[in-house]
Amino acid sequence: MSFDNALGAIAEDNDEARWAFGTGFHDPLAGVDTAVPDGVDRGDLASYCLMLGDDALIMSHRLQEWCTHAPELEEEVALANVALDLLGQARLLLARAGVAEDAVEEARRGEDDLAFFRDAAEFRNVRLTEVPNGDFAHSIVRLLLFSTWRLALLDRLRASRDPVLAAIAAKGVKEVAYHRDHAALWTIRLGDGTDFSHARAQRAVDELWPLTGELFGVHDVERRMADAGVGVDPSGVRAEFDAVTSEVLATATLRAPEPEPPRLAGRSGDHTPALADLLAEMQSVARAHPGATW
Amino acid sequence: MAPSTGTAEARAAEPQGEAAHFERTVARDQRIEPRDWMPDAYRATMVRQIAQHAHSEIIGMQPEGVWITRAPSLRRKAILLAKVQDEAGHGLYLYSAAETLGADRSELTAKLISGRQKYSSIFNYPTLTFADVGVIGWLVDGAAICNQVPLCRSSYGPYARAMIRICKEESFHQRQGYELLMTLMRGTDAQREMVQDAVNRWWWPSLMMFGPPDADSTHTAQSMAWKIKRHTNDELRQRFVDMSVPQADALGVTLPDPDLRWNAERGHHDFGEIDWSELKRVISGDGPCNAERVAVRRAAHEDGAWVREAAAAHAAKQEAR
Amino acid sequence: MDKDWPLYEVFVRGKRGLNHVHVGSLRAPDDTMALRNARDLYTRRNEGVSIWVVPARDITASSPDEKDPFFAPSGDKVYRHPTFYDIPENVPHI
Repeated sequence: MSFDNALGAIAEDNDEARWAFGTGFHDPLAGVDTAVPDGVDRGDLASYCLMLGDDALIMSHRLQEWCTHAPELEEEVALANVALDLLGQARLLLARAGVAEDAVEEARRGEDDLAFFRDAAEFRNVRLTEVPNGDFAHSIVRLLLFSTWRLALLDRLRASRDPVLAAIAAKGVKEVAYHRDHAALWTIRLGDGTDFSHARAQRAVDELWPLTGELFGVHDVERRMADAGVGVDPSGVRAEFDAVTSEVLATATLRAPEPEPPRLAGRSGDHTPALADLLAEMQSVARAHPGATW
Repeated sequence: MAPSTGTAEARAAEPQGEAAHFERTVARDQRIEPRDWMPDAYRATMVRQIAQHAHSEIIGMQPEGVWITRAPSLRRKAILLAKVQDEAGHGLYLYSAAETLGADRSELTAKLISGRQKYSSIFNYPTLTFADVGVIGWLVDGAAICNQVPLCRSSYGPYARAMIRICKEESFHQRQGYELLMTLMRGTDAQREMVQDAVNRWWWPSLMMFGPPDADSTHTAQSMAWKIKRHTNDELRQRFVDMSVPQADALGVTLPDPDLRWNAERGHHDFGEIDWSELKRVISGDGPCNAERVAVRRAAHEDGAWVREAAAAHAAKQEAR
Repeated sequence: MDKDWPLYEVFVRGKRGLNHVHVGSLRAPDDTMALRNARDLYTRRNEGVSIWVVPARDITASSPDEKDPFFAPSGDKVYRHPTFYDIPENVPHI
């Protein structure tokens, strides 16, 4: 390829080298057996996939809301990347839920049926993902707490007996590690930045921390899936979560509140009113045209 | 490599001096690079053009961005989010090109949010339905591609290189728009009506994207001589119309112009008179969404000030430690 | 204190066997964030791509006639690639 003539370079046909990163795209489920493994309860698997999928979908939505409002253009790109990754995870997980809940292919709900035609009480995301955005510090601290927890879960989920969940987790681990890193870097810059940014970051920690108890409550479905070697017991990732968050917060000169007792809320469909508001927006177009294809 | 500037004897015979060097470089279709000498007016024109282009990318995120959270399928949501993210990236490539000319991004942003620098008037129209996302991809991005492909050969190197990256990504933008419209046209009656309605609203503003007619265009002649611009506004507009007509036919939509017809003699489509008073109105700040677009950008910039300061303060602390 | 983030120049090696190539610039508060922003912006976070960031103020430059090399964009997400969209053959110029 010629380096002195840019136009010539794009006009050269069939030259793979002109694409800096190639044109092949990786399918995370390529070569993976998508049949539900023997002995795995389909209903539980579907519910479990909805939990992890809804976490990603709702968290992605809150990050999408930053679009055109980010504090700097570079951060616009970064937040959109995180939102895209989580949206990708949500799509794979909701699709898996649809496969699991119905053995008959024709009757299955697809990712869009599950995203756009369930009501708030049917969503299984933790509340941490659904509370409205505050300022940038609020979103960064939320991302730190969420991705620290999710990375610990996905890391263990790579050993799932369900090969699809294992593959989704393997892809997700790389992505969420990046998200956690991004959130940690920003938490440190806000916490150890100006007095003003420190106060905002501490306020975000104090506001969001009460929602972390829910990250370690164990729903019956999670317990059964963990026992079956398919899912991860969230109570088991607490030590990692505490270690990572306390280190980041300390570096950021922020105070970590006392650990919250585990509890259940979103996992049982018990949500704040913010989720219904969020869904009213997210589902508005899809529900105005039932049966339509987009 | 391109041919060098010739033998020493030949060079000695050529006019000397920075201005002559500049003229020769442009005349040979070579690129002007950041540290080259260039006429002040060339620099000012480039900064203005690149900054307006960058602003257009950033403001252009808004009309479509508001549909991300409402996109009716997860696939469309991912596509739209990626597309709007690309526009932020394009803005950054372009600000980066402008900075090679000595412009400063924060100063350019200040000019944008105080209304002293403009952006493409097309983004001052509202997006009323999800079909607008498709029509923006097809027509607005299509018009942008017509405008931008020749800019890949712009005489200013960093701008030309930024345009190459941008044009490649724009091709994805246009295709996703057209594919969305094809899907909608195969869908319900309501979806087809949404598409036609969106086409009706966006067609004429898309034609205005090429700027005023050549007879009234103040910048064209000098820009053509400097090879900042390669085709006139009217040439590009004609090319866009000729490309769009068969695309509209394939889609099954009607372009809202009763005077639109093939002229075999010219080998081009004739089309109706553009309402230039509307373009003037929108450019001068009186479009449907001018105030809102600038207000959103200003709020993001001002609300983000404490974040940028915090990061700068942290970096200063780290350096001091 | 200067509140504007400094300018960084970004160099990317798209794949093994190639040189790092200048792809553009960006602004960032510090080196670490510059590297992250560069990865997001210029590689859309493609792994296995080597990136250098250099504060623009630290670059010493020679004469003007150099020809900057050309750099092509990434495609790490399938929907970023034009051929992902199935457009019938008979639709021209898309």
